[in-house]
Amino acid sequence: MNDRTALLKKIDIPTLIIVLFLVGLFVLAFITGVAVPPLIGDSLRRIGMNGVLVLAMVPTIRSGIGPNFGLPIGIIGGLLGALISMQLGLVGFVGFWVAILLAVVFCLPLGLGYSWILEKVRGQEMMVGTYLGYSIVAFMSIMWLLLPFSSPDMVWAIGGKGLRYTLTLNDYFGSVLNDFMKIKIGSFEVPTGLLLFFAGTCVLVYLFFKTRIGLAIDLTGQNEKYAISSGVNTKKARQVAVIFSTVLAGIGIIIYAQSYGFLQLYRAPLYMAFPAVACILIGGASLNRATITNVIVGTTIFQTLLTIALPVLSQVARGDITEVLRMIISNGMILYALSRAPKEAT
Amino acid sequence: MEKILEMRNICKSYYGNQVLTNVNLDLFPGEIHSLVGENGSGKSTLMNILFGMPVIQNTGGFEGEIIFEGKPVIIDSPRKAMELGIGMVHQEFMLLPGFTITENIKLNREITKKNFLSRIFGKSLETLDIPRMRKDARKALDTVGMTTLDEWIPVAGLPVAYKQFVEIAREIDKKNLKILVLDEPTAVLSESEVKGFLEVVRFLSKEGIAILFISHRLSEVLEVSDRVTILRDGFVVDHGPISSFNAISIAEKMVGRKVEILELPKRGKNLDETDVIMSINDLHVLMPGEMVKGFDIDIIRGEILGIGGLAGQGKLGIANGIAGLFPSNGSVYFEDEPFQLNNPGFALNKGIVYLSEDRRGVGLLLDESVEINITATAIQAYGEFMKWLLFLKIYDKKAIRQHAIKMIKELDIRCKSPSQPVRRLSGGNQQKVCLARAFTLKPKILFVSEPTRGIDVGAKKLVLDYLVKMNREKGITIVMTSSELAELRSICDRIAIVSEGKPSAILKPTDSDAEFGMAMAGKFQEVIMGER
Repeated sequence: MNDRTALLKKIDIPTLIIVLFLVGLFVLAFITGVAVPPLIGDSLRRIGMNGVLVLAMVPTIRSGIGPNFGLPIGIIGGLLGALISMQLGLVGFVGFWVAILLAVVFCLPLGLGYSWILEKVRGQEMMVGTYLGYSIVAFMSIMWLLLPFSSPDMVWAIGGKGLRYTLTLNDYFGSVLNDFMKIKIGSFEVPTGLLLFFAGTCVLVYLFFKTRIGLAIDLTGQNEKYAISSGVNTKKARQVAVIFSTVLAGIGIIIYAQSYGFLQLYRAPLYMAFPAVACILIGGASLNRATITNVIVGTTIFQTLLTIALPVLSQVARGDITEVLRMIISNGMILYALSRAPKEAT
Repeated sequence: MEKILEMRNICKSYYGNQVLTNVNLDLFPGEIHSLVGENGSGKSTLMNILFGMPVIQNTGGFEGEIIFEGKPVIIDSPRKAMELGIGMVHQEFMLLPGFTITENIKLNREITKKNFLSRIFGKSLETLDIPRMRKDARKALDTVGMTTLDEWIPVAGLPVAYKQFVEIAREIDKKNLKILVLDEPTAVLSESEVKGFLEVVRFLSKEGIAILFISHRLSEVLEVSDRVTILRDGFVVDHGPISSFNAISIAEKMVGRKVEILELPKRGKNLDETDVIMSINDLHVLMPGEMVKGFDIDIIRGEILGIGGLAGQGKLGIANGIAGLFPSNGSVYFEDEPFQLNNPGFALNKGIVYLSEDRRGVGLLLDESVEINITATAIQAYGEFMKWLLFLKIYDKKAIRQHAIKMIKELDIRCKSPSQPVRRLSGGNQQKVCLARAFTLKPKILFVSEPTRGIDVGAKKLVLDYLVKMNREKGITIVMTSSELAELRSICDRIAIVSEGKPSAILKPTDSDAEFGMAMAGKFQEVIMGER
């Protein structure tokens, strides 16, 4: 009995509400006769697709900076990697791995610069991160037009200059992970490769936090003075956390794009940060504590909810309310976490 | 002459902890009455009662009665105290830095004129009568001898002494002022400023204002007061006209308490006084509230050195400075090699471990498990408890658990399991976790600050015994900073008393109470010694 109440206390109230909502949707799906198996397959795809981006929140939260609202910075790095891989005409897994490698190469200096700015604005990281995200997206919107990409698949058909809004990856590395060891039972599909990749990154991040530098980041986030008195260079620890998060964001967007089948440029990166923040918060993380479990639980709940909501709610309500739902849940979750933060501080 | 104030049989306890017992205090108009005692002797509590501070009501009120001008009164709020004519100059400045001196003096008692809006909406919209306010402020400033100070400049940027005078000017501007409480007003003043200040105090007393003067500086007390009351551990130990006391007798009564002479285990071999493990010369530490301004000492290998002194004199700053937590400079040698200050990692690598007085703020990760708290620093600083997993070096949960269980047993830490978060442990057990963490680091010198603050008697004894045990068995040099003199005297080999950020004396635990009292009273020691 005691264990059970302890478990109940552990679960956040908003998480509980959203889980109940999700259960309600499943019930509604059965009543309205919507086919559930393909929906579950779809959910699995979306979980794997978004997972790494959510994982990118872990290092910054644990270092005490809070969720990485500057996710677009890493995403830009990832996009550059993918674009160059396409420009080189690489296809399949080669194209994919080259894109990842290049993404890491671009994200390292980007993350370094980002961490340098964050260090200057200690205590305001979330706000500054958000605006840095806006700024880099605006700046890159210009750069997408000016950078010397020339592959005919990538540039505007008319004029032959400047990258398109959306680039199709089908001929390059689109769904290479999804199709890797894919299991198909009737209309139910499991994107094994994608899920394996997500699981792999989760294990890597988990192990990272058991190394000395990982522990240093943990100590810095939990009690900076304790960290200092343990001989930790807290500035460096935060720097590593930000760079790590940026790199994960870069890899995350490539995973996202290959599963989605398209590379979205211009304003698209702006809309990636908030859902990712919401995911980890729904999973039970707070602004200063997050675990891998939070990532997996949060991503599963949030993405399943979005997948189920569209077909089910369109049966009972007119029109597409998924987008509205997504906005309400992601923004509501962030608002909730922010309003709860000062209470935790005392 | 009729007494203006009488506090009779005041008793007060905080959460079952008796801090005042049958305290009597009386005051005549125009008298300067000094209240002396160590930190924690109950002076502040007594003044909080007199001033009707909310903290008293919130903790269950007090027993006894207060008689003001012959009539019993109930003072249940600072406002009531002010209405009666009791003013107080606080230790910390209660001034608004961005406001002018006049505005500060007249704060909440502004002189106002009626205007059009106030006729409709009431008094709070009346216009300030600045010229009259300035005139009043000028008069008050002149009274305290600040004739050259412009009353229309902001308080921010004034020298501390001036701020102190502005505070007093504010109190005497209150027309009905009958009693003025000065809570350690000279702590922030320099010697020459003190002189001027004491003159103002004398002047005010001649005007008929009764003054209650709280100070640690015995020379000032002797110089200015008419009568004195000495508090120790919540009791009035003595009171009477100042002529019947001298510095030594006051010091003795302030400090004097029975020192438990613990039977300490003998060392294997005696201390070699020429074997200096760490030599500290001219150490300055910028720790707010605990500034160290030139501390020197040679720490002998294998000793237990005590650092004592009154709060705010800098005793806490020393260990913080060596450990690198606050900016410091000075020349420090460790085992005859130069020691890098401002570098916590360097200190740890040399085997210098610091256990902070701020247990919850610095010493612990409150939401982490007992085992991680014990081992995290060792993992971080020395890379202990690590193992290889393919290409990554990660910490070894099994080794951590084993070590934690060993330490839990050794120190008798009461916890459900090594994975329980330390936030849920009691203060004493948290302190034991801190000790376990410190000794996991295998220190050469352990700096431990206020190891027994806020923990119960049983845990206290265990903590002190464990420190002695580690010192005797492992030969670890221990530097213990504490505000409890009795505790220092019970286990230390030598005790350095810090006053005004400098060492004022190095004493043996067996030295007399008077010597300890004098050393703590500090700066004016030479003067007093001269009188003796």
